[in-house]
Amino acid sequence: MLTWVPIGVTIGFAALVVAIMVTINRLVAPRHRSPVKDLPFECGNPPSGSAWGRFSVHFYLVAILFLVFDVEVILLIPWAAEIRRLAGFGLGEALIFIAVLVVGLVYAWQRGALDWD
Amino acid sequence: MAVDLVIAAIRAVVMLLLVLNLSAILLWFERKGSALIQDRIGANRAAILGVGARLGLPNLGIVNTLLADPIKMFTKEDFVPAGADHFLHGLAPFLALFPVLVTFAVIPIGDTVTIGAHTFDLVAADFNDAALYVLASIGIGVYGIALGGWASNNRWALLGGIRASAQMISYEIAMGLAIVAVVATYGTLSLQAIVREQGGVWFGWLPRWGIILQPIAFLLLFTAGMAESKRVPFDLPESESELVAGYFTEYSGGKQAVFMLTDFAEVALVAMLVTTFFFGGWQVPWLYRDGFHLPGGALVSIPYWAVVVLGVVAFWIKTIFFCWLQILIRWTLPRFRYDQLMRFGWKLLVPIGLLNLIVTAVVVVMAGS
Repeated sequence: MLTWVPIGVTIGFAALVVAIMVTINRLVAPRHRSPVKDLPFECGNPPSGSAWGRFSVHFYLVAILFLVFDVEVILLIPWAAEIRRLAGFGLGEALIFIAVLVVGLVYAWQRGALDWD
Repeated sequence: MAVDLVIAAIRAVVMLLLVLNLSAILLWFERKGSALIQDRIGANRAAILGVGARLGLPNLGIVNTLLADPIKMFTKEDFVPAGADHFLHGLAPFLALFPVLVTFAVIPIGDTVTIGAHTFDLVAADFNDAALYVLASIGIGVYGIALGGWASNNRWALLGGIRASAQMISYEIAMGLAIVAVVATYGTLSLQAIVREQGGVWFGWLPRWGIILQPIAFLLLFTAGMAESKRVPFDLPESESELVAGYFTEYSGGKQAVFMLTDFAEVALVAMLVTTFFFGGWQVPWLYRDGFHLPGGALVSIPYWAVVVLGVVAFWIKTIFFCWLQILIRWTLPRFRYDQLMRFGWKLLVPIGLLNLIVTAVVVVMAGS
């Protein structure tokens, strides 16, 4: 209870402050729209084509690699917190786990997934 | 019990107010800092109805930043470009700033305080998964940036948002590995417990700060933290020479202010995390609960409330030092190229982080057995 009340208050208060900052312009500021003003900014020219164009597939690759390694970090945290009690057994398990992921990193590296040109 | 709950709520609100104010002052700090480095005067002209000039006050620049700028920003027209997704366009700045603010709830800023029958730590919420909570809430921040770029119906914004997502998730791994190494060193996830472990001395004079046990993790966390806050030299997502302003190109007024505040709140967050993990948090060198135990063996007794106050002051001094360091770096270094940025994150920081973690684990287990 004493732990979760301050977390709840923090979440509530932060949400309130940020929500006010995001919406206040709508309430107090003037609003004069015109078709030209509403154009998305593209260096002064009318936008050429859709903004949601294609972009490099490489970014998806980074996201997939991130999933693998971030899950690794999360799975290592409980072991790290209990590292003294788990001692040699836990260390061995963790080293095997890390080794498997290092193989994955080396593979991605070799295949050029980490290179940008 | 009810009083304890009220005290807990007050701690949470006070911490957030401190952080919001610190972020706003950092904005002024950055303007003056950049001016100092570039040999100009910086934000120095301000007068309220001519009062400043008439009284001959030399420098009211801070009034400009803290009072005039917010008023101006929050009375600007709320601009949403044609074809943009209205709801997501408004949700994005919220999702950017909110998780950063929430993270501060677990940062300890002082020792245990007793008022009457009520004893509490000077931390909004001290629970035993705090390090995990920090990682989790930092991870959410990427949604705000990616959504902001996507919802704007602007190709610069989209490119900035995609760049930002790739950069933030890449450096999050290095950051996570650094935090795991620290957790392995101290064997706890509670930040207050980590700070307590850093009290006391080695060899009679050397403070037991984390930087001595984990210097590499410090460099990793600090570098990855700067990359997470998307500031120079890691400001690829908003590189103004290529992408106008990146993911917040189409934002104005209050929403733009929220994105700006996010930057500075992240600067403050990185400074606080570094302080907590590696520089003893609120620990003052040689200061114990009954006073200073100087290296020579001399004891200078001071009352306990003064010890607590000194601790809080020490925490803020360390935090502001690391904010200043980040501003200094930001105005000293040029920007990375994108391939350099990715190479630096994946081919340097991640392997170093893994190696550091393995060495830490082996040493900790060997020392324990």
